[in-house]
Amino acid sequence: MSLIRSTSGRTGEQAADADTPTVDRGGRPARYTAVGGVLLFAVLAYMPYLLVTGVTQTMVVFFYLAAMALMWNLLAGYAGLVSVGQQAYVGLGAYAVLQFSNWGVQPYIGVWLAGLACAVIALPTSFAVFRLRADYFAVGTWAIAEVYHLLTIQDSGLGGGSGSPLTTLSGIDPVMRDALTYWTALAVAGCCALGCFLLLRGRLGLALTAIRDDETAAGSSGVNVGQAKRTVYLVAAAGCGAAGGLVIVSQLNVAPDSAYSVQWSAYMIFMVLLGGIGTLEGPIIGAALFTIVQQYFSSDGAWYLIVLGAACVPAAIWLPRGLWGLVERLTPVRIFPLGRRIRPPQHSHTAD
Amino acid sequence: MIWIDAILQGVLAGGLYALFACGLSLMFGVMRVVNLAHGDFAVLAAFLAYSLISATGVSLLWAAVVTVPVFAVFGYLVQRGLINRAMTGGPLPPLLATFGLSVLIQNSLLQGYTADSRALAPGRIGTASLRLSGQISLSYLELLILGLAVLVLGGLELYLSRGRTGRMLRAASDDPEAASLVGGDPRHLYGIATALAFGTLALAGLLFAARSSVSPSSGPSELLFGFEAVVIGGLGSLWGTLLGGIALGVAQNVAGQANPAYTLLAGHLLFLLVLIVRPEGLLPRRSIA
Repeated sequence: MSLIRSTSGRTGEQAADADTPTVDRGGRPARYTAVGGVLLFAVLAYMPYLLVTGVTQTMVVFFYLAAMALMWNLLAGYAGLVSVGQQAYVGLGAYAVLQFSNWGVQPYIGVWLAGLACAVIALPTSFAVFRLRADYFAVGTWAIAEVYHLLTIQDSGLGGGSGSPLTTLSGIDPVMRDALTYWTALAVAGCCALGCFLLLRGRLGLALTAIRDDETAAGSSGVNVGQAKRTVYLVAAAGCGAAGGLVIVSQLNVAPDSAYSVQWSAYMIFMVLLGGIGTLEGPIIGAALFTIVQQYFSSDGAWYLIVLGAACVPAAIWLPRGLWGLVERLTPVRIFPLGRRIRPPQHSHTAD
Repeated sequence: MIWIDAILQGVLAGGLYALFACGLSLMFGVMRVVNLAHGDFAVLAAFLAYSLISATGVSLLWAAVVTVPVFAVFGYLVQRGLINRAMTGGPLPPLLATFGLSVLIQNSLLQGYTADSRALAPGRIGTASLRLSGQISLSYLELLILGLAVLVLGGLELYLSRGRTGRMLRAASDDPEAASLVGGDPRHLYGIATALAFGTLALAGLLFAARSSVSPSSGPSELLFGFEAVVIGGLGSLWGTLLGGIALGVAQNVAGQANPAYTLLAGHLLFLLVLIVRPEGLLPRRSIA
């Protein structure tokens, strides 16, 4: 948690008496985030010792939804790839865990391998979907997801059209199993958040931010647009694959129609756009909000979805930058310091 | 013989895909808006017609005569009230808004009508068929649907190329600012485009329900078929959309004849093949819709 109006930072100190403005992004904000992140992670990791099972199970849902939201945000918010087909990798990830488990791999390790497998599958897939102009990309990815769905159903070893339970975890004591699932989910969500943060702070992040703002201008100033987009597509496939692995590990069974359901993409769109696209805080807020609404109101039937759907429409019109966009506009708080601050020469604390 | 039958049935199914898809093509062509609720609005129209028929006992024809204009007006209002406003924020807000509508419609129908699928009884025409040979017979209802699709697509094509408002729609599609300079208010024109799209999708929704059945959750898959028809045919051409719909229907029916499990897969694979080999579609043309 940091305030943007910080003055220290190595670049800032070196150029303090020069007459040129300085550009600064590291320093205290980044350190606050690092320390805060480690503390938060430690507290969250301790939670299975404190809380009742129901709460940790809800947290698992939050973790995999947050991982999906972060990945969709990376695609749509930074690389301009609006996908309605990320459920391809949720489904493939879930089924990869099942397949690995049939081969004797422990499902908690299988979750990570599922992420890797999805990235491998995403590479040839990317050559097909990247033929599409931005406008058709959404539809193309959706059709691909349906192809993977229909191919999965053909494999009777994976349960065909009716799905299959994940039996290899049933030998573990339920309390221990819940804790292990929780830690795996926490680790996956943590890796997705940290991965996005490091990716966006690095050279690729600069390229992606340029692409987000203006693709043509980015390309003409030397950004390899195609390569940057493909990297993001692979990373997002891996993240959604691991999240799909978490879905099967937490539910202990998988059904093709729900694993490959377009609802996953719908949830991702909802979480990211309501939370705030093009930020890292937004998807996490969106995921938290969505998890809370889903947990508390899903017992009343489809009403919560009606309300969520109805909430999207005014949000799209009056809050295009999402809830976090509202926070950014009203306060100087930034949790993930991704932006660069320009300081005019001489002493000044206020530049943004 | 069964293969010829499969192809003919595919052609008939394709007409309905095209009728449903032309509104999608129109909205995308004029406004660059991907209406994620297109299928759900069609399902909504079918359910409203269902209620109308069960409440008053009118025939399907009269239900269509009422539903289609009502939906056209409804479309104009949705465009003016929601989508135009969302469009000012770039391409993503309309996506979120129409997605919200999709979730809203699906789940409201689920609450109001349960998850059961419903069919609209087409009357005597539903069971009659044209017998071409011992193994091939074409349902009059499906022939009528194909005829309607050709008529609607042809009418739209004529309207866009000759009609005064149609020409302004093409102008707004090319350059909304320039169009407003010569007297066309883009907000109104966008409303007209959506009204046309909603009228055709309502008709398609009713015909879907008359031909087989619809359930509250069948919107998204119809949307996907519609999209595929548009892309296979080539954006920018309504006749292309008809060809795309027919190609999709034939692929599905022929593969389904070989093995029912491959019906949907074949359609998606044809779509991907066209994307990879010929991304501009079968009948590309520079125009709207």
